[in-house]
Amino acid sequence: MTKLTYTEKKDTRSGFGAGLHELGKTNENVVALCADLTGSLKMGDFKNDFPDRFFQVGIAEANMMGLAAGMTIGGKIPFTGTFANFSTGRVYDQIRQSIAYSEKNVKICASHAGLTLGEDGATHQILEDLGMMKMLPNMVVINPCDYNQTKAATIAIADHHGPVYLRFGRPKWPIFTPENQKFEIGKAIQLVEGSDVSIFATGHMVWMAIEAEAILADKGINAEIINIHTIKPLDEEAILTSVKKTGCAVSAEEHQMNGGLGDSIAQTLSRNLPTPLEMVAVDDSFGESGKPEELLGKYGLSSQSIADAALRAIARK
Amino acid sequence: MSTPNIEDLQKISSQVRRDIVRMVHAVQSGHPGGSLGCTEFFVALYFHILKHNNSFNPDAVDEDLFFLSNGHISPVWYSVLARSGYFPVSELNTFRKLDSRLQGHPATEEGLPGIRIASGSLGQGLSAALGAAQAKKLNNDSSTVYVLMGDGEQDEGQVWEAALYGAHHKVDNIIATIDYNRQQIDGSTDDVMDLGDLKAKWEAFGWQVIESDGNEIEGLIKSLEHAKTLCGKGKPVLNLMRTEMGYGVDFMVGTHKWHGIAPSDEELANALGQLEETHGDY
Repeated sequence: MTKLTYTEKKDTRSGFGAGLHELGKTNENVVALCADLTGSLKMGDFKNDFPDRFFQVGIAEANMMGLAAGMTIGGKIPFTGTFANFSTGRVYDQIRQSIAYSEKNVKICASHAGLTLGEDGATHQILEDLGMMKMLPNMVVINPCDYNQTKAATIAIADHHGPVYLRFGRPKWPIFTPENQKFEIGKAIQLVEGSDVSIFATGHMVWMAIEAEAILADKGINAEIINIHTIKPLDEEAILTSVKKTGCAVSAEEHQMNGGLGDSIAQTLSRNLPTPLEMVAVDDSFGESGKPEELLGKYGLSSQSIADAALRAIARK
Repeated sequence: MSTPNIEDLQKISSQVRRDIVRMVHAVQSGHPGGSLGCTEFFVALYFHILKHNNSFNPDAVDEDLFFLSNGHISPVWYSVLARSGYFPVSELNTFRKLDSRLQGHPATEEGLPGIRIASGSLGQGLSAALGAAQAKKLNNDSSTVYVLMGDGEQDEGQVWEAALYGAHHKVDNIIATIDYNRQQIDGSTDDVMDLGDLKAKWEAFGWQVIESDGNEIEGLIKSLEHAKTLCGKGKPVLNLMRTEMGYGVDFMVGTHKWHGIAPSDEELANALGQLEETHGDY
């Protein structure tokens, strides 16, 4: 397997913007709604080229979710855009009743998720969104890892009939997945093959896992790295196949430990194949202002944290 | 539009009111007060005003759309949907029971014809209706979107987010109605949360406001037909519809006490004695 490297960094939200613009050209039923964050969500190209299908809703996220649900009646495919905090916690009941329970074909697209939002601090650094969204029946939950994958995921979810939560972020991040790689909802991707420990990562933490793999390789440990871009439905087969080989696992996510990807993996393992699992996630606390890398370090989400967790998991075999 | 046969519509209203009190009595739960107060409105809509097809196309292409935002008055909606042929009248017997399509609050999951979005948690219906109205414009579909809200529901902030949106985006193919019975669960709207001058508020938000009497069906139909003539003029339309909660049953009328409780056996008999059986009980 080729060693994973990168030559360029881009923000995943720009991948969303590019994917949405592409959809504007190819699918006339795609419409976009934004709550006064067109620039931050990179929705400007769609707005400029398809002004009749772009709806500015102002700072009114609850109304935006209801509007999107209503627009599906008549065949439109609405993509809502705002920060992850305002896409989920602020409007949970609107999503629950008008979108998830009502089985509406709405794509909730959420930027600035997690600690890597950085300096804006904990009011905006939502770390509970994956949990809230995965608990909703009918909801698909996706957290792609880089610009290319976010663009591909944005395009792919238009073809899935039903509600989707698509989470991405603010900082420029390494691009290491191939351009134009087909995105399959619910299909995990093995990035590095290994035999000693399975590292399941999602979103920005996939790159941190790749860095951890290098740290572990220096110690003679072969880590398997799997990109879980879809938290729900979870690719249980990929997880079980990997841990049958390695015998222990680490989960890594930019989210609370309670309710996140690690929780879902723990359920899968305990029901099917009890296996030592170490979770790299925020441990029941809010974030704070700072640079993304500083925050990942302070809250135990660095590549070194993942490598340390892998050693603990191996020791528990 | 054809001339309505007022006598026929009044007979249907009487039967719908019988359905409402019988449905709520049967399971000893549900919301009779608002349902009885809005009976003429639903009968006027489904038997005269709406351009609709009871074979039920979820996307409602070239059909008028109706959304119920205050979903707790589901009994009146279910009765009128059944009486206008969306599903068998006998199914009203399943209201609020296990495995029923007639959930306590309207829902889509069980596939009941006529329901396009869940409601119950208040304040959300106007947003959905505005979205559907926008979709109709995109689809060059000239039909109209109707939505009913409660007056207590005006306490919800989302209603006013939607009100701003409707005016700003000139959504002029929507007629929103407020059931203005001045009652909510804990008491009168004046006591619980004073709504002030609702007409002036909606006008200030940029809507064309008409006032109507919701328990006088001939006048109500004229008001709704007038509302239709106000569509297409660059502003959304708001129908402030005065009703009496519990209208049609003397001991239920005009009080919040019957917002969400069911009649006893004796009270049911009393109520049915006041309501003529015109189309056969389910």
